[in-house]
This record gives sequence, structure tokens and C-alpha cells, in this order.
Amino acid sequence: MSEATVKSRTEAQMSGGDVEKHDVAPVNSAAKRQLYKARVQIYPKLVHGFYRHLKWIVLAITLGVYYLLPWIRWPRGVGEPSQAVLVDFPGRRFYFFFIEIWPDELYYVTGLLIIAALGLFLATSLFGRVWCGYTCPQTVWTDLYIAVERLVEGDRNKRLKLAKDPWTASKISKKVTKHALWLIIAAATGGAWVFYFHDAPTIFPQIFLGEAPLSAYLFIGILTLTTYTFAGSMREQICTYMCPWPRIQAALVDAETLQVTYKTDRGEPRGPHKKGESWDGRGDCIDCNACVAACPMGIDIRDGAQLECINCALCIDACDDIMKKVGRPSRLIGYDTDKNIARRAAGEKPKVQLFRSRTVLYAVVLALVTGLMTWSLLTRATMEVNVIRDRTPPFVVLSDGSIRNGYTIKIVNKATEARDLILEVSGAPDLTVSAIGEAFEGAKATITAAPDGVRSLRIFVTTAPNRSLHATFPLTVTLRDPVTGETADSPTTFLTERR
Amino acid sequence: MAEHEIDEHSGVATTGHEWDGIKELNNPLPRWWVWTFYACVAFSVVWWVLMPTWPGISGYTKGVLGYTQRATVAKEMAALNESRSASMQQLDNVNTIADVENNPELLQYTMAAGASLFGDNCATCHGSGGQGGPGYPNLNDDDWIWGGTFADIKQTITYGIRSGHPEARFNTMQAYGRDGVLSEDQIGDLVEYVLALSGEQADPAAVERAAVTFEQVCAACHGADGKGNHLLGSPNLTDAIWLYGGERATIYATLKNGRAGVMPTWAGRLTSDQITALAVYVHSLGGGE
Repeated sequence: MSEATVKSRTEAQMSGGDVEKHDVAPVNSAAKRQLYKARVQIYPKLVHGFYRHLKWIVLAITLGVYYLLPWIRWPRGVGEPSQAVLVDFPGRRFYFFFIEIWPDELYYVTGLLIIAALGLFLATSLFGRVWCGYTCPQTVWTDLYIAVERLVEGDRNKRLKLAKDPWTASKISKKVTKHALWLIIAAATGGAWVFYFHDAPTIFPQIFLGEAPLSAYLFIGILTLTTYTFAGSMREQICTYMCPWPRIQAALVDAETLQVTYKTDRGEPRGPHKKGESWDGRGDCIDCNACVAACPMGIDIRDGAQLECINCALCIDACDDIMKKVGRPSRLIGYDTDKNIARRAAGEKPKVQLFRSRTVLYAVVLALVTGLMTWSLLTRATMEVNVIRDRTPPFVVLSDGSIRNGYTIKIVNKATEARDLILEVSGAPDLTVSAIGEAFEGAKATITAAPDGVRSLRIFVTTAPNRSLHATFPLTVTLRDPVTGETADSPTTFLTERR
Repeated sequence: MAEHEIDEHSGVATTGHEWDGIKELNNPLPRWWVWTFYACVAFSVVWWVLMPTWPGISGYTKGVLGYTQRATVAKEMAALNESRSASMQQLDNVNTIADVENNPELLQYTMAAGASLFGDNCATCHGSGGQGGPGYPNLNDDDWIWGGTFADIKQTITYGIRSGHPEARFNTMQAYGRDGVLSEDQIGDLVEYVLALSGEQADPAAVERAAVTFEQVCAACHGADGKGNHLLGSPNLTDAIWLYGGERATIYATLKNGRAGVMPTWAGRLTSDQITALAVYVHSLGGGE
């Protein structure tokens, strides 16, 4: 089944010269693609170079943010959570440092997703699948898992050999060690997830004491399982078969997009090269397969841009290493555009065209949406008033003939301190308002609104006992903060009997 | 049966079924499916033993766990009452409406409990919002027949009106016409008198004629000024609110046939704390005195 059984009789043959030709097949290349095919295990070889370093740094940053972000404290005052980033489902709040989102402001999250999508569009049209290659969780965790695998079982050749080896004690201990480490990482991944939904220092010991809520264990279990299987055994299949993004971004890249590219104009015709032979009349590619051996997706970059390629750039490092050995210029594989290959083939100077109608459009829309969302976030209201009319009964006739309507008022205070707000009902002369526990003067009262909460208040509005006035009329409930001058109002209707 | 051909591509025998050149392979059931099936069979046997399963002529197999849905509900109800008992017990000490209104937390709890109880027990007659209907008083307004203080309301809920309970509120609006106490003419004049009392248009001559009858017959309960009396449960005839309706025909029917509305007693059906919660809720609807 595995590549190992078929191809690794002699892993490294000499390709002449001093560069080994890797005995490796691009198992997932389009030419070999067929339906109902069992997965062929891939044993990516470790490379060294600029992009490998860059990817280690990105891996450290992204994992560091994921694991440590919930532990950052952010004091918000008494009764408020002091976790910088927290999705508080029971309290129905989302906290992000100085931002606090209420459920009715979920459009900020929508806006954030739109910004993220546009950012992805822009990045993809400029630099191809940088998201896939560097920052996608699937790529980052798979990279981490391969690093663990390499630590325990060794690099490509050793892993290939181990796969063929009989089940000795040494092999069993290596496999057990690897899977144990993977499971620890997976459990830590699932564990970190729940810290975003609970106070991290509180729930951390609870998880081990069996005191955490069931949902926490459920999500730790789900994410442990997905991390372990996605990064441990499914790997490139997630990208190729499960992820929609590779299909979408084909529409986002064009001939001027910088992508991980094998420069055919320089590489072809390829072929083995013996040390000391002339480079005239042939390409720089010595067909050593180093790029294929390094590829975690099991493809050959020399086949051109393809669905499976996540643009992780590891083949660039692999090839640069070889080019250095054979004394040819680096970046036979590098970030380049389709247009530049055509330009060089036509004898023109290659160039990078970052400003194109597509990228400019994405950038402008991105700037507009970001600006709009930021502006609305900065100017959002800190209080609201909502009025719900009593429906049964719609009105009440009192013994003196006056008419009374009941309303439930919801006073929303998004500020983190309690506020004394002036509530006023207007719409007709001589209205009297009353509410249990509140002192109204005519139609006006000062209401204390608790911090960061909604206060519900049922009020009764009564007209003067003058039957000639009886007609339905519009009513306005106004809320005013005497300190800041901010106002909020809500229209409603005063109903009376038809005579 | 003839031997089936072997599929060239997969090496699996075909079933011999063919549709438009597409042949069905005779693959075995997937292993995971077979084992899931066996597991389900094993599970069902365990289930038969543990849980009520097989119907019989006059009953069913009970299962060794003795599970029933009714027992589960009873347990959940008991647990619910247990969880509420601490809050409900606070109502033991409520004697005046101020005891609740000055305690915002208790007020919120009592209102929620009262609204829930009202919906379950009272809304059938008084309406979901306590708006009432002909013969069923509107509990939102400020007109009370037996009194609108917290204590009055609590007593009415506890013992009811003409409920048969020894402590029930009771009075009689006699069938003056049907019993022959008053003549048709006298009743007709009284209808005009009652309308005039609440400021409606009425025949002045009839009002004048009825004045003496009112004083002799009606004033005993409704008072000389017609303003009624909470102690006797006699409605105020001068206000804008009518229990049965303020049209001439309805007032005539009241005088002719009498009225004897019934409200059941809730003592024994609801706990004292529940009645307190209901009294607070009804008091808060807007007309509490």
C-alpha cells in the first residue's frame, strides 16, 4: 500500500555527480489521481532554509497566540470578567480586550468575518495560498505533528525503514511515544479551546478535578479527536478532499499572482547532471526529486500550479540547497508569476505587478469595510430603550373613566458603571406615569440602570379622565443621560377604546 | 445458478444484476456495519432485561431497573419544588405589599411565580392578562368589588366567592323581577336610575320615579349614593366600569334575574406561599390599593 513498500528498495541512488536522486514519487500528482484510491503515506523530508525558518516562526507565533491568549488578564471592574478574550455564553457577552460585544451587536463579528474574508482575498491575489502554506491551523498542526514524528522516528529515510520493519520492541516504543506525544498536543489543543469560553484560571484545575461542565469535556474530546486525526493521519487529505478553500482561490489568483513556482524556462530540459559537465543546452533542474521528497502534500511542484499545492514553500528550500551544491543560482523554485515565466521566455525582464485592478479593488473594499466597522464600533450607543406594549389587555378603563396603558420598558446600559437615567414619556398633555418602586413626577422619573445590563421596568401610562380626548395616539419613551447628554428613544402607541 | 462473472477491475464476483451495462458487485457488508449490527442485537437483549419492553395482555414486562416515565416526572417535579422552596419560603413572611415591593429581588421572583401561577390557574376565567370579561372582573382596573388591598385580594383567592367554603365571600344580588319583588315598571325606572348614577344618558322622569325604590331596595347594599361597599361586596354603580355590561338590556337582566358569580376557593389547591405570590401579582396589575 505505502510508497515505502513500492519505492524504497534503494532510497538514494546516485544521479551522477554528488547529488543523490531521491527515490520518491509524487503520489498525489494529478497524473496519478484516481477515484477510490487508498491513501499513500507521505514521508516529507526535513529541509533547511529561509522558508523553513519563516514557517517555524509563524508556527511559534500562531500556536503561542492560540495557547496563551486566554491567559491574558484584563481588569474590567467588579462583577465583570477579567479575561482579555472571552466568549461568555451564559452572560451573553463577547469580550475582546477593550471591546465588549452584546448579542444584538453580533454584526461586529459578521463584519470581522467580512474583513477576514477580504483580507484573505487580497493576500491570495497578491501572494497565492499564503494562508494555506503558513497560517492555516491544518498546516500549522500538521507541521507540528510531523516535527514530533521526526523527533521520535527520525527523518524520511528512517521513517521509511521503520515502516517496513517488523514490530520489534523498539518500533513499538517509538510508535507509542509518538502517538502519546500527539495525544498530549491534541488534548492541549482541545483544552485551550475551552479557555476561550470560561475563566481560564478557574476552569483549568476544574478540568483535572472532574468539576468542569460537561460541554467543556465534550469540546475537549471533539477537538482532541479532530486534532489527532486531522494532523496525525489525515493531513493532506483534509486540504485536498475536505477543504473548499483550494477551489475558491483558483478564482482569486491570476497570471500576476506570486506563487510557489517551478521556473520552467530556467529548469527545462531537466536531467541528471554529472559534476564537471557543461550546463549549456540544458536546464538547471537535475531531476534529483529533492522538491518531491520535501513535499508534505505528495506532489511534484514541477507539474505546475495544482489543486493539491498549499504553497508551503518547503520545496524552495529543498531546491535552493541542491542549487547551492551544484553551483547554480538559487530559486529555481521560488515565488514567481506565470506572466514572468512567459516574459523571460520572450526575453523580457520579469517584474512584480502588485497593483492590479483586482488587488486594488480588494484593498479598497477592505479599507472601506474596515473603516465602516471601526467607525461604527467607536460611535456605538452605550444605552438603548425598548418598549413592549401590553397586549392583554390593550388598555384598561379606570373607574373615573380615564384610560390606562401598560408597557414593559427595557433599559439597556452598556456602560460598565451604574447610571442614573431620566426616563420621560411624551405624546399627550397631562399624562401620568407610575411604576412599582419608582417615583414619577408626572411623566418623568430618574431610573437607576445597573452596569452592563438590561433593566426591565413595567410602567402604567394614564390619560386625564376626559372622555373627549379618547383616541389612539403615538407615544414616545425617551431615555437621557444627564451626565453625557446621550439620548435614546423608542416609539410606541397609546390605545383607547373606540367610542 | 450459473457461476457469476468476476469483475475485471476489482476482482470481485458480480451478483448477476445488470442495469444498462452497470453490474452490481457482490461485496460483503462492510465490517464496521456488521459489528454495529451485532452490537445493536446485544444491546437490545440487555435492554429487554433492564427496561420495560414487551407488551402483554394485561400489562408489560417491567424490567429489572423498574424505570417508569411517571416516576421520573414525579422525581423531577419534587426536585423542582425543592429547588424553589428556599425562594418560596421567603413569602411566608410577606404580610403587606410593601414587604415585597421594597425588596427588588423578591419582587422579581414573586412576579415571575405569580405570572406563572396566574396563567395556570386564573387565566381560564380572568384572561391571560387578567383583562376579564362579562361576569369575570378585569383585574387590571382600580375598581374592586371585595376590596383591592393585598389582604383583600389574598382573602378572595384563598376562600373564593360563593365557593361553598365556610369562609367564602358571600352576598346576594336577588332576582328582583323573577321573584316578583319589583314590577317591570319599577325595574325599567331603576335601569335609568343606575345609568344616571354613572353619568350616562337617562330618562329624567324615570330617574325621579326610581329614586324612592333605589333608596328602599338597593341602598341597603349599594349605599344611598350607589358607591357600593367592599365589606358587603356590593359594586360601585357610579363608576365607568361594569362587571356584566352597562347596556340597558344587561342592567335590566341583572335586576330581573339577579347575579351570583362564583370564584372557587384555592385553599388546599395552592399553598399559602403560592396564594401570596398570586396576590402580589394581581395587586401589581395596576389597580392594587
